[in-house]
Amino acid sequence: MSLQDESGPYFGEFGGRFVPESLIAALDELEAAYMAAKTDPDFLAELAELHRSYTGRPSILTEAPRFAALAGGARIVLKREDLNHTGSHKINNVLGQALLARRLGKTRLIAETGAGQHGVATATAAALFGMECIVYMGQVDTERQALNVARMKLLGATVVPVTSGSRTLKDAINEAMRDWVATVDTSHYLLGTVAGPHPFPVMVRDFHAVIGHEARAQMLDQFGTLPTAVAACVGGGSNAIGIFHRFLDDADVALYGFEAAGDGIDTPKHAATLERGRPGVLHGAKTYVLQDDDGQTIESHSISAGLDYPGVGPEHAWLNDSGRATYLGVTDHEAMTALRDLSRTEGIIPAIETAHALAGALRIARDMSPTDIILVNLSGRGDKDMETAAAYFGLIEGKHA
Amino acid sequence: MSSRVEAALDRARAEGRGALVAYLPAGYPTVDASIEAVKAVIANGADVIELGIPYSDPVMDGPVIQRATVTALENGFRVAQVFDIVRAVSQGTDVPILVMTYWNPVVQYGIDRFAADFAAAGGAGLITPDLIPDEASEWIRAADAHDLDRIFLAAPSSSPERMKQAVDSSRGFVYAVSTMGITGQRGDVDAAARSVVASLRTAGAEHVCVGIGISTPDQVTDVVSYAEGAIVGSHLVAAVESGGAHAVGQATALLVRGLGRA
Repeated sequence: MSLQDESGPYFGEFGGRFVPESLIAALDELEAAYMAAKTDPDFLAELAELHRSYTGRPSILTEAPRFAALAGGARIVLKREDLNHTGSHKINNVLGQALLARRLGKTRLIAETGAGQHGVATATAAALFGMECIVYMGQVDTERQALNVARMKLLGATVVPVTSGSRTLKDAINEAMRDWVATVDTSHYLLGTVAGPHPFPVMVRDFHAVIGHEARAQMLDQFGTLPTAVAACVGGGSNAIGIFHRFLDDADVALYGFEAAGDGIDTPKHAATLERGRPGVLHGAKTYVLQDDDGQTIESHSISAGLDYPGVGPEHAWLNDSGRATYLGVTDHEAMTALRDLSRTEGIIPAIETAHALAGALRIARDMSPTDIILVNLSGRGDKDMETAAAYFGLIEGKHA
Repeated sequence: MSSRVEAALDRARAEGRGALVAYLPAGYPTVDASIEAVKAVIANGADVIELGIPYSDPVMDGPVIQRATVTALENGFRVAQVFDIVRAVSQGTDVPILVMTYWNPVVQYGIDRFAADFAAAGGAGLITPDLIPDEASEWIRAADAHDLDRIFLAAPSSSPERMKQAVDSSRGFVYAVSTMGITGQRGDVDAAARSVVASLRTAGAEHVCVGIGISTPDQVTDVVSYAEGAIVGSHLVAAVESGGAHAVGQATALLVRGLGRA
């Protein structure tokens, strides 16, 4: 069977629906609506038209020769999801789910956000479709991503800082689920990554699969070959699964997911779920989880809010265990260095999340030859990260991290 | 193979009243203090105890229980201590002790090993808020092997088929979720509660307890007019928070007055 055909509720032993009974009817309704929509030509045409005339798809490929020269091995090609409207890949999933929510008659969108990119994308879709939008964001993240909070508010969304637990993405998901349990009649929970209960992992993947579909055809068209390897950053794993999916059955294409290693995977401060976690249940799915001996979730750490998550999508857990994809850690320092490097060699400022994939790509490029090509998912732009970057590099007078 | 929880509910019914199922978090604020709190609740007339295992990501719980959970974990609570608590509070009483737990701590302990150790400590069964029967085959096998109750939830949004599945999969009682929401006090227990219980009866349920949002003797009176028991959590946890074992004992005594016992 084709690896691309796996469509839940389980990916190997991972996935499922570990949620309160109160949510099951909503998940059943969503699954039925999604199954109907994905073969409905009207739905697909409407989404494709939105992507053409609103998102700005297809996103282009950009070769990055001066950046690749830093490694001195393989060529590096960037899939420019940073050029999408709202500045990241997140819009792909958001428009798909918002269209579905409208079909279901829901008038209120609930979202969680880490870096704020998914919250901004959801607030954007809510504005476009005239829906109410409430975004849960860990209090820690509202502070380190203040600009995105302002963007969401400007777009008309209500941003709720979450003060429970570690006050980051995982707690924002808990709070979003609590909201959804109470408001499921009128609300759709627009989950922003490939985690959570079925059908979210497969549905979110399918909405992001456009990235890999375009990229594979563009590689063949513009470079006359498939890439040697595909690289992406992995928090929950949505941009990675989006670019991986179309390549899953191309056995010669290596797939690399780069997790946030924070201070290093051998320190307590990282978010390297697949490298340092073990199977468990979190946020509705069986998957790898950073947890203590008792199964209490451990707080993750990363300079990148979008990768600061102690779980990972169940399909990644499955690809990890089967060996189809390789997951490696990239430290805060490596990522920030790659962020500056790409900015200075190519004039492209990537998001800190994306910079993990770029650092990882440089690492694997060194052992490759100039005939090899690494396709990197440039999942988001770095405007939102200027404050963090300025502090990190001491770019603002008198301030240095 | 018999359910001590069903026996406790039947005993209350034979006395012409409903049953009070009292929730308290294990290890809150400390292991010893939680033992004292549970003993006070038993001494003041609770029929069934529901001991919650503190968990880092309690998606069904509102602020009161979340706060207690955080405190218990900060005070060093370990999952295996729940067995010590069960052992301590079940001595000298026939009030059955259920444990309410999110699923990951059980998965990490080992499902069968958890069931074995829990049964050996004198526990009666598990309430599993984020484990639906569809995902529970391993737990159901372990519960049967160790003669434990397995209590699944039914919600206002559950289809007739899922109501039937909850009834068929549960032993002890079916937990009827009174309202679409999380734990915490509410002014009104949703009219939906009555309808959930009616659907569960249609599906063949003999024992149903209603939980979520119940905090006053009047609400308890109302609920036990159509269900075997009323489950009270946040209200009792708030009593522990404000005044420890003494306060939660008093709060229990007030709720028991709502059960219809003379």
